[in-house]
Formats: sequence, structure tokens, C-alpha cells
Amino acid sequence: MTNDHAPFPFVPPPGLTMAEPRHKVVIVGAGPIGLAMALELAQHGVPSVVLDDNDVVSVGSRAICWSKRSLEILDRLGVGARVADRGVTWKLGRIFHRSMEVFSFDLLPEDGHKMPAFVNLQQYHVERFLIDACQAEAMIDLRFRNRVTGVAQGDVARVSIDTPDGPYSLESEYLLACDGARSPIREMLGLTFAGELFEERFLIADIEMQGDFPSERRFWFAPEFHAGQSALLHKQPDNIYRIDLQLGWDADPAVERQPEVVIPRIEKVVGHADFRLDWVSIYTFHCRRLDRFVHDRVIFLGDSAHVVSPFGARGGNGGLQDVDNLGWKLAAVLAGTAGAGLLESYDRERVFGADENIRNSTRATRFMTPETEIARLFRDQVLALAAKADFARPMVNSGRLSKPCVYPGTGPDDPRLPDCTRPGAVAQDAPLQNGWLMDRLGRQFVLLVIGGDAPEVCGLKILHLDITEVLRKRYLGDAPQAIYLLRPDQVVAARWITADADAISTAMAQVLEGAT
Amino acid sequence: MTLITTPNIPDADDFYAELLATHQELSLADSHALNAQLVLILSNHIGDLGVLRAALRLAHEGFGPVR
Repeated sequence: MTNDHAPFPFVPPPGLTMAEPRHKVVIVGAGPIGLAMALELAQHGVPSVVLDDNDVVSVGSRAICWSKRSLEILDRLGVGARVADRGVTWKLGRIFHRSMEVFSFDLLPEDGHKMPAFVNLQQYHVERFLIDACQAEAMIDLRFRNRVTGVAQGDVARVSIDTPDGPYSLESEYLLACDGARSPIREMLGLTFAGELFEERFLIADIEMQGDFPSERRFWFAPEFHAGQSALLHKQPDNIYRIDLQLGWDADPAVERQPEVVIPRIEKVVGHADFRLDWVSIYTFHCRRLDRFVHDRVIFLGDSAHVVSPFGARGGNGGLQDVDNLGWKLAAVLAGTAGAGLLESYDRERVFGADENIRNSTRATRFMTPETEIARLFRDQVLALAAKADFARPMVNSGRLSKPCVYPGTGPDDPRLPDCTRPGAVAQDAPLQNGWLMDRLGRQFVLLVIGGDAPEVCGLKILHLDITEVLRKRYLGDAPQAIYLLRPDQVVAARWITADADAISTAMAQVLEGAT
Repeated sequence: MTLITTPNIPDADDFYAELLATHQELSLADSHALNAQLVLILSNHIGDLGVLRAALRLAHEGFGPVR
């Protein structure tokens, strides 16, 4: 069984019989982002109610490529090992033009990270693991077949909900809209979702086939088996393969999703007919985002806030970075240890991240589906050059794979320290004597003290580390020692070679004000 | 580095003749393709984004406002 669609039971919520007390947080949408958000908040001690109009996990594989940063985030939520173990770890990407291999790239990151560069795993498996974790967490109240029909806000957020047993309503301090690309909450609030549609249609299919296909990503520009278009093949666990085929804008979706049309197309890709069709969908791609992700008491995360084309795996991974960014901030605001200004920094930072993802995904989509004759000419000549000159290879764009952005406008820095861990960047993992640096950071502010001494600072966990070769490379460079202030989402807030308690406290206060 | 806009090729007539000779006997479509490769090769050789932008601006002069 590749995709168990056994429904989750509907349990009549207490609100059907009597008004529920005001909740801290209501999350709309039990996809990967909503579920991850509930777990993240629970780990910060914040209870939540999760509402979903459906009662099954995702149909079809949908998001399949989970980046190293996503795996680190999922690991903190308790499902990282399950996802990494169940998934296919891949690192080789091969690019073909017509019948020739133009070049390949190796994603293998440098050693010394707990998590691999990428794991392929169907969205339904990831959702299943997240639902298991949510159901084991007393602070999460997961409600299936609870469809939001209305939203209003003032001092609090109010949602009207429909269930099989009738309607009820809930009040919460914050409402988190994780309700996907077609977000009903976004519609109900009448918010503009501006951006662009790519006039191109893609067939996306999961097939099941036996065989020893290697764990690699293959991308074809204008392959002979699919003239003039592009194709992508990705391996998933359980002998499931994802195939993306560009069809052209004139393709009729109703015709193209018929098995008698799909199967011959796929036979040409894999070279035989010995496979079973598991899931088929016809897509057009958009790049869009909301102007703002924070609307008073309603906060948008994931696809409800921003959508990208899939080349680069920046949808699901971008959404998990929203979770990572918002969790600790919302927890601090609800606990009263930070003002609402901190939520503005979620808006500012994740809009920045979304723009970077949209820019990368737009460029990849344009390269794949040139809009003008001259764009196609340059695209084809880049591919022709890539086969004979190294320099053109980085210009070939079959998707720039998701990496966390480096947030701008962050705190104090010493430029003598390495670029990769500058303020705004996510801290880099490193092996320690017993385990991994990421596992030691937890979800509070941490003062990372490497190879020296640091003053005690109230409210800060201090982690003293002896210098290792990897720590030197990632955190010291030529400096003899360093002090890093890490946010609860493991983003570097500030760093110094030496610092006194005042400098550290000031930097931390600025982060909590949402200033940096 | 700034874009050189004064004569810089020692024998410009020779170069011009060789440029045309490179295109000899090519169809117009192939000539466009060759030119595109040439632009990419030379751009990579220059490598300096400031210089490349100045070249793009200069080339675009007379073709209407830059978008």
C-alpha cells in the first residue's frame, strides 16, 4: 500500500454543545505546515486547536523533496529521523539535453551535518508522521471535518465552523491560516494574492515500478521521447517515481489526465510499460504572495501566504521555514515576554524569504518554458554551450534547490568571522563529542561560546564548545575564539570575537523588539 | 573596471572580417544561435557585472527605454 487513505475519525467538538473558552491559537489546515506549526507551538508550551475540512492525508505525493533545513526543523519536532529513514536520500542531479547528458551535479554537502542535503518522501508519509506526533501531544487538539466557513477579527479572532454534526464557533488570540494555495481564509478576508501565472501546463504523475533505478534526479530539456518539452524524474520510496512532463499551454487538462493518454507518455520516459499509475494531476504554476503575512490576529504561513512553481522544492520547504520563524515569536508574544513588534519581524523576514523563493522559482520556470523566441534561443544555446564549456553549466536552470535565506538587517557582526554563519544565516550544524550541535541548541536563545569565555547573561542558555576543525571552519575562521547569539530558530542574531554582558543583552533585547 | 568604449582591438578590420567569416555559410537561424553563444562566452570572460551592465545599456541605446 503506497498511500493509506483510511480516514481519521470525526469527534464532535465540545463547541457544539457549549461555548468553548477562548483558545490561544487556532490553526486552520492540517497539511504539513499546519501540523508542524502545532508541534512547534506545543514545544514552546503553547496549546492549539487544528481544524481541517478533510479527514485523510494528502492524495498523491505532492511535496516530495525535503531539504536539509526542513529535516533539521522536523527533527526538532520529533519526526526528522522517521522522515530521513523512510525517505530516499539523493544527491546526484543529472541534466540531459535532447539525447545527451550535458552534465551532472552532486548535492552532497560537506561532511559534518546530521541531516543529508535532500530526502525524497511523499507528502502523505510526512503528514502521517506529523499527525502521529500531534495525536501523541496533549497540547494539540486536532479536529478533522471541521470546515471554517467564516472569519472575523477585532481584539480576538473568531471563526465559524461547519461539522457533520452542525456548526459552532471558536475564539482565539491568534488564527494561523495554513489552509493552502487556495486559502479560504485569504478569500474570506478579501486579500489580494498578486503575482503571475505561467502559461504552461504540466503533467505530474506518480508511478510504481520495480527496478534498480539509482537515487538521483534526472531532468531533460527537449528530450527525444517528449519533443520540444521538458521532463523530470525523481525517485521516492516504495518503488514510486515522480514524473513531471511539460505539456504546453494548449494541452487540454481533461484529456491529458486520462490514463490512456498518460500511460503512453510515461512509457516513452521510462522505456517500457511495466509500471502502475498511482496518481496523476495536471498543473499550471503560479508565483504569488500576499502583500503582508500578518493581518492583525490572522497570520498566514506556507502556500496560503506564497506559492511558487515546484522546480527547486521551495514550496513545502519555504513553508516549514515560516513555521520555524513564527513559532518562537508567537510563543513569546503570547507569554508577554515580547511585544507585537516581534510578529512584524515574522512578516518582514518571511516576505523576504518568499521573495527569494519566488525569484528563484520564476527564473527556473522561465528557463524551462521560454516565453519568447529570443528567450528560447538563449536557453538552447546555454544548453549547447554547457556540453562544451564548464562556465555555462551554472546557467542551466532546472530549479535552484531550496536553501534557507539569509535575513537582512540583523545584529552586531565581526566580519573577520566566516561568511557562512553571518548574522541572519541559520547556524551550521557540526559534530560534537557526543552527537550534533543542532541537537544541543533546543528552542531557546543560546549563547554559543567557542574556544573562550563569555560573561553570564540573564535568561540565556550558554553552550561552551571546545574548538574542533569543523567548528573552526564554520564559526571561527582565523579568529582564536568567538561568541554567537542564536535565536530560538537557530538563526544567528549577532556575533563577536569578544563581548561583554551589556553588548549581548542589548543584542538580545533588539531581537525581542523585532528590530533585528 | 569600466566598459571600454574607445577602440581597443589592434586590427579591427581583421577582427570584423573574422567575425563575418565565422558566420559564413550558416543559415540565419544558426548565425543567431552562434551569436548567442558568442555573447555568453564573452560575457563570462568579462565576468564583471558592472561592465556587463554598461555593455547591455550601451547596446540597448536607440532601442527605446530600458524596462
